[in-house]
Amino acid sequence: MNFWHFLQANWPELLTLIRQHIVLVIASIAIAVFIGVPTGILLTRYRHARNPVLGIANIMQTIPSLALFGFLIPLPFIGGIGTRTALVALVLYSLLPIIRNTVTGVLGVDPNVREAAVAMGMTDGQVLRQVELPLAMGVIVTGVRVATVIAVGVTTIAAAVGAGGLGVYIFRGLRQYDNNLLLAGALAAALLALIADFLLGLVEQQFSFEGKRNRVTSVQRVLLVIIGVVVVAGVVFGLRSRPTNQTASSENRVVIASKDFTESIILAEIAAQMLEARGVAVERRFELGGNLPHEALLSGTADLYPEYTGTAYTAILQHTPIGDPHKVFAEVKQEYGAKFNLEISQPLGFENTFAILIRGNDARRLKLRTISDAVSQAPKWRAGLGQDFMSRADGFPGFSKAYGLRFLEVREMDLSLTYIALSSKQVDLIAGNSTEGRIATLDLFQLEDDRHYFPPYEAVYIFRKAALTPALNEMLSKLSNAITTDEMRRLNYEVDGNKRGVKDVVKEWLAKK
Amino acid sequence: MADSTDQPLVEFGNVSYSVPNASAPIISNLNLQVRLGETLVLLGESGCGKTTTLKLVNRLYTPSSGEVLVEGKSTRDWDVIALRRRIGYVIQEGGLFPHFTIARNVGLVPSLSGWEEQKTNKRVTELLEIVGLDPNRFAERYPRELSGGQRQRVGVARALAADPALLLLDEPFGALDPLTRASLQKEFAGLTKRLQKTAILVTHDVREALLLGDRIALMHAGEIVLLETPKGFLASQNTKVRGYLETLE
Repeated sequence: MNFWHFLQANWPELLTLIRQHIVLVIASIAIAVFIGVPTGILLTRYRHARNPVLGIANIMQTIPSLALFGFLIPLPFIGGIGTRTALVALVLYSLLPIIRNTVTGVLGVDPNVREAAVAMGMTDGQVLRQVELPLAMGVIVTGVRVATVIAVGVTTIAAAVGAGGLGVYIFRGLRQYDNNLLLAGALAAALLALIADFLLGLVEQQFSFEGKRNRVTSVQRVLLVIIGVVVVAGVVFGLRSRPTNQTASSENRVVIASKDFTESIILAEIAAQMLEARGVAVERRFELGGNLPHEALLSGTADLYPEYTGTAYTAILQHTPIGDPHKVFAEVKQEYGAKFNLEISQPLGFENTFAILIRGNDARRLKLRTISDAVSQAPKWRAGLGQDFMSRADGFPGFSKAYGLRFLEVREMDLSLTYIALSSKQVDLIAGNSTEGRIATLDLFQLEDDRHYFPPYEAVYIFRKAALTPALNEMLSKLSNAITTDEMRRLNYEVDGNKRGVKDVVKEWLAKK
Repeated sequence: MADSTDQPLVEFGNVSYSVPNASAPIISNLNLQVRLGETLVLLGESGCGKTTTLKLVNRLYTPSSGEVLVEGKSTRDWDVIALRRRIGYVIQEGGLFPHFTIARNVGLVPSLSGWEEQKTNKRVTELLEIVGLDPNRFAERYPRELSGGQRQRVGVARALAADPALLLLDEPFGALDPLTRASLQKEFAGLTKRLQKTAILVTHDVREALLLGDRIALMHAGEIVLLETPKGFLASQNTKVRGYLETLE
């Protein structure tokens, strides 16, 4: 499907996301102005508080946005999932430029003008309202402008907590290896940023009292827009092509990649340590987003990564899901060899399929065991579902149809956050991973897939044929059918639940084997 | 307002002013009387304390010791806002508010003092005429659209707005070109006489001091070294005075 057809087909959804995005940005900037400008004014009056307050605002901005969302979810009142959490985070990010520019703007008023105002017999309030604020307004608007452009960018992360916005397309595009989604989300966000920047630039000009500068700034603005487009395009396409500019592996060195979740990292580390024990030099390129590991193998910048047959079958080969594990494995093996020149190892022994999870309490109280048991409860429940599950063919659309499920509300959010959301009662049902370590630690209950809807997701390694050495071969045959679902859950739990390092956990497990 | 000409409008009594962490006081033990209706010039080099002396009058600064009396009342006892609204203040380049029109700049103190709009507008028109600016042409313009000399005229008009008895002027003509300066100085001299204003004017220009001053106070290192009429100043044998006068020849 080309981009134009994609837009035609998805126009209504894209418009909804754009609207959510704009609402989030405007609401958060409005709140940030309401808090930031008075704070900035106070800081011009109480100089001792200036550095500490600006320091705190500065630190706020350095917290990675996904981490900030993670901190906020369990908090009462301001936390949870959805729009409110996103707003809190966005406001925190927007405060610094607004406070700082208010301080700079007010303190930057010509001292002669300020002194004249005082000497004319203006009270402090009159000096502020009639002289300092009007003259600082240009600089303050610049701060709002900077904050707005930042907020348009950060809002894309808000999709991780189920607040919607264009991040939904960007995250989904990354995960599904779908350039149309990625481009639609990123282009729309970039356009929003440019438009916001342009409009606030016009507002800013209204507060220029010096004159004679307008022509220069309009030339600068055109330059800025061009630079902005180039940067955004660079980021979008750079993201796609990142692995290609790395060097390929040489003969006695193996590059191992993993996806950006714990289990993938553990499996990659197991392969790495086993090869290292055989004296093979290993380079680790872990935690790649979306389908970057697959792409890395195709471009020869990585040699091996852990994958699931179901994912390969549906997400990469784009087949409709089927239930027979042997058939899935055979077809993946055959097609990968023919299409990509990639090999598939024997299954590692466990499946990581979608696990439909509810709170253990609810399961015991309502005596629920299977997904069919839960169908009658679902209309009272809110579901929190990862972007992946929401969008893929074998995910929510097919699943809800197969069981006839209807929920009170369905929220799309970052997968790893759904577990916390479930246990803190923000949602009532999630689609997690069957090997997730937190299923035990958070007392979650996995409903049985009694209609065998979910396709098989057997763990395997995928590797480049050129990378096959005797050492690699030996490692793969040792790992064939060597890891049970229980063992995988325990390994995941050691890392996610007990917060231990992946290397130690894997070393311990290999020693026992 | 005192009606006797014997009563000084402004009186400095043993005034010292210093800032923390400075080795020497900026003003030390200053005594000075400014009589009603006269123009007193504070003459001196940069850093001699002449601007500080000026700012002690409208309490932009408060004396560290001693008293500054305005209309017989210490600046400490004045309501500072009321005090400042009774005193016209003119600084270099006018110190105009760049975001106000000329009319709003000139009418600032009247409108702060709660005059009716009509009365303020009438006063603004009157004042612009007094300082030689056509109200129809200039009232709705912004300061950036005016030349330096025009801005300075607006600065004077603003200071005169509430009809204060006292004007403080801090190097009001310092930033102007020589021709504009000379004509504005002459107009100003005529204006203060005609309107019977008392004025304290700070300058480092001895020509200006001789032209505008009824008396000249020569300042050095925070003290008044000489207080004379222009005639007495020209006749003085003080080495500093001779140094100044040599620049004229």
